[in-house]
Amino acid sequence: MTWLWSNLDRVGELALVHLGLSVPAIILSFVLSIPIGWVAWRFRWSRAVLLSVCGILYAIPSLPLFIALPALIGTQLRSPVNVVVAMTLYGVALMVRSAADGFADVDRDIRMSATAVGYSSFGRFFAVELPLAGPALLAGLRVVIVSTVSLVTVSAVLGIPSLGSLFTDGFQRNIPLEITTGIVATVALAFVLDLVAVVAGRLLMPWTKLERRGRRPSRLANVEAIA
Amino acid sequence: MNLILDAFAWLFEPDNWVGPSGLGAQLGYHVVFSLAVVVAACVIALPIGALVGHTGRGREVAVLTSGGLRALPTLGLLTLIGLAIGIGPVAPFIALVVLALPSVLAGAYAGIGAVDRRTVDAARAVGMTEPQIVLRVESPLALPTIIGGVRAAVLQVIATATLAAYVGGGGLGSTLFVALKTRDYPAMLGVSILIIALALVLDGVFAIVQRLVVPEGVRVGRTTTNLRARPARARAAMG
Repeated sequence: MTWLWSNLDRVGELALVHLGLSVPAIILSFVLSIPIGWVAWRFRWSRAVLLSVCGILYAIPSLPLFIALPALIGTQLRSPVNVVVAMTLYGVALMVRSAADGFADVDRDIRMSATAVGYSSFGRFFAVELPLAGPALLAGLRVVIVSTVSLVTVSAVLGIPSLGSLFTDGFQRNIPLEITTGIVATVALAFVLDLVAVVAGRLLMPWTKLERRGRRPSRLANVEAIA
Repeated sequence: MNLILDAFAWLFEPDNWVGPSGLGAQLGYHVVFSLAVVVAACVIALPIGALVGHTGRGREVAVLTSGGLRALPTLGLLTLIGLAIGIGPVAPFIALVVLALPSVLAGAYAGIGAVDRRTVDAARAVGMTEPQIVLRVESPLALPTIIGGVRAAVLQVIATATLAAYVGGGGLGSTLFVALKTRDYPAMLGVSILIIALALVLDGVFAIVQRLVVPEGVRVGRTTTNLRARPARARAAMG
């Protein structure tokens, strides 16, 4: 335990760096996957194409991607930018399907009512479709948060600092406690960010609390389970 | 772009493929090792998943554990078990099985659990025993989802097996880490391209298998009824 107390500062520092790598990627993938998911829902021909591209993106292993990205976007091998870009790609790949499903689940009648009371298609998107797709978007976001926070650690193998550095360092210096600390800290960080997302969802979408008790809780649960 | 050309030149250099530590041997080891991991994960997770899906009991626990296991950072688990057991293939094997479990488990309980209860009741009514129902009715109907879970596990393991070389696991990752140490970027990028290609090819193979195992009755029914029913998506290539 002495290791932990004397290195608490360093763990905190690495956790901040880790946040700095994960949060931008999470936000970027959330923002990017909304329009892409909308397009995938709106234009039937694009759905299969976009979803396959996302599937293929997500099938790319992360360590090779970290190595391949510098050659593609012209960054340095140890640049944190690679991590953010790679994580954003994975996040978008994960999230587009949730977004497309969320928009597809918005009731046709509600859409038509919104048009009937005079919403432009732009206004309708922001005032009606986006809020109603919200729960599905949140479910997708939660998966993105957990997977991003956990995947960022891989970049430590290349020497990019994050909580993953505790794994490589602990392994090289034979300190199991350092590795355990890294694991606990990573899981805790994912948990905290997930909690932030859930609370934000509650505040932004107060109606979901009512709906959960009502009809079809199963679909969302399944999305979370399978995703 | 030059970097990428160099990487392909390195990749297509026949000298790099031969020998006990050549790409050919490592590719073979990588695939066999990964498949062994997935088989072990299936042996553990499929019966549990089927039980959970069939009885509906323990669903919450299964969802929580498979969700929670996913938050575990791959590299952390690998290094921790690596330190505990020592350098060699055993530690990565155990770590990778643990990492493959959630996907297989989720595919199994989601697939079996999603089988129409009326179908199950009908099977019970014509006198099938519970094991018969699971094996002959639920499993075939759930097969696309189950294979989807296995597909996700395979992808994740192929990806993570690369990292396993960090704790002495062998496979394509060893070449990658040697290249990393010697700062041989073409070699690093070349192996990376090879691993990416391997993952994509396997994903494609499993996508086809997933299509093929859809039972005839479901395929016929799908055109008329539930258009949105689709197999579980492949998930989580990590590591």
